[in-house]
Amino acid sequence: MAVNLSVNFCGVKFKNPLVLASGILGITASSWRNVVKNGAGGVTTKSIWLTEHKGHRNPVIIANEHYMLNAVGLPDAGVEKAREEIGKYLSWKASPLIVSIVAGKVADFGEIAENIAGLKPDIIEVNISCPNVEGEFGKPFACVAADAAQVTREVKKRLDKAGVKIPISVKLSPNVENIVTIAKAVVDAGADALTVMNSMGPGMAINLEMRAPVLANKVGGLTGPALKPIAINFIHDIYKALPGTPIIGTGGVMTGEDAIEMMMAGATLVGVGTGVYYRGIEIFKKITDEMQSWCKANKISNLVSLIGAVQRHSE
Amino acid sequence: MCQRSDIPLSVKIKKINKETPFVMSFVFDYPHRALPGQFVNVWIPGIDEKPISVAFDDGKSYTIAVAAVGEMTKELAKKKVGDFIGIRGPYGTNYGSKSSQFIAMVAGGYGVAPLYFAAVQAIKAGCRVDFHHGARTKNYLLFADRVKKLKNTRYLPATDDGSLGHEGNCVNLMIETMNAGAKYDLIMTCGPEPMMKAVSDVAWKKKIDAQVSVERYMKCGLGICGNCCVDDLGIRTCQEGPIMPLSQIRKIKEFGLYHRNSVGKKHSF
Repeated sequence: MAVNLSVNFCGVKFKNPLVLASGILGITASSWRNVVKNGAGGVTTKSIWLTEHKGHRNPVIIANEHYMLNAVGLPDAGVEKAREEIGKYLSWKASPLIVSIVAGKVADFGEIAENIAGLKPDIIEVNISCPNVEGEFGKPFACVAADAAQVTREVKKRLDKAGVKIPISVKLSPNVENIVTIAKAVVDAGADALTVMNSMGPGMAINLEMRAPVLANKVGGLTGPALKPIAINFIHDIYKALPGTPIIGTGGVMTGEDAIEMMMAGATLVGVGTGVYYRGIEIFKKITDEMQSWCKANKISNLVSLIGAVQRHSE
Repeated sequence: MCQRSDIPLSVKIKKINKETPFVMSFVFDYPHRALPGQFVNVWIPGIDEKPISVAFDDGKSYTIAVAAVGEMTKELAKKKVGDFIGIRGPYGTNYGSKSSQFIAMVAGGYGVAPLYFAAVQAIKAGCRVDFHHGARTKNYLLFADRVKKLKNTRYLPATDDGSLGHEGNCVNLMIETMNAGAKYDLIMTCGPEPMMKAVSDVAWKKKIDAQVSVERYMKCGLGICGNCCVDDLGIRTCQEGPIMPLSQIRKIKEFGLYHRNSVGKKHSF
């Protein structure tokens, strides 16, 4: 018998807990659907701005077996292009769509949220934690509890005013003194869910012969397998502090066992991004197969029963 | 998990050749084992990094051919022998033939670079080649001397102004060669997309297999950034391409119609 991998996240049903993390591949409806064809339970778009935003110059991504460093710089053509792509994807009735939004100012977050809500995606993810646009906008909103809460309130206010009931998940930064304080502030401000976490750093890599930082932006967000223990720890602490708040756990997930570990820490959905580099675009199918195998070997018939399982032992 | 490095290596320029009034080739003494049709990302610190097709690789050294048209390539043109540049790759899919096939190559403009390399490999595998080579005028026929020297190859140039060979484009030249009796097993093409679209239409109609080089705006080359995904398949040109079989080309709705810029906005050809 197949194990039931489906999960319910803020009232949205996913056939399995794997979602494409924001920033990877997600520029067009076609690429979202291609990820779903490769086994993902849902997809998150690359972050969408109100108007066109140029990213950084190349090189934007470097990687080896230990890590990936990226500073793509949130390139996007703006809400008009998003309208076309989102409309096309939703017309295909593929798996759920999480639309990531970004802005440089609080009011713009509200504006873009209202625009995107009109397109009726399943969930809106509020990206307040990208470490790669500091040169342009300063420290991310996710680094200060009051700023993070202010963005959340603005988005909620605009959605309420428009009479839209689309759940919002706020994406937190790991590069903070106390992530639980920020998580609480964001949930108090009205966030329905949390995405834990964005990339770490920023970090830098230098080419020796040319004495130059390799990334055009000089620094970039760190991702890859080594992030997993950090993400697990944050998810564990946030789930414990805010047991009713659903979490999209993201950071270093490569295998089915990694995904189950993240769910045991408290995640309901599990984001996969950099894993596409390490295991190909088929990673979603590979992970769900591995989850099936682990659950069967351990006599788990319903994956949902594992969410937060570690808490019950560590009380 | 995966023993690899996709961080640019600094490599010294061993040799620089002036190929045509507008194209230079750079030779690097570094084993890259690139296959015809694959590309490398070429990086100049402080300027940019761009995907560039590998023009030749003999397992010991490799060559890229560049026209100084953009900021990165203009900067590259200023480099001297002994200077370092950053290279990573090779990336993407390649041209490939079975032994003893009769192959039509259709190269437009700079598209000749990977096809010359593909022809060398194909001839090694015992193939015969008709090399249709189109350019505006004879001075633009990059690598013409190299192609002419290949064994078992007919060199068939086409120029818009008729300064050498057939007057007109190389797709019509290929059709003429076919009408004169050439029966190809395979077509390989590289050049401007409208030209490759015409070649692929001919191949489809005549039921001849073809391999087409798709060019899209690429950033990472690693299948991660998503900038080079094509509609409606959603596949990545840097991973599932650049060299794609005709069956796949027929399913790419945007092929010959539009491509996307660095922020994902559509632009018509």
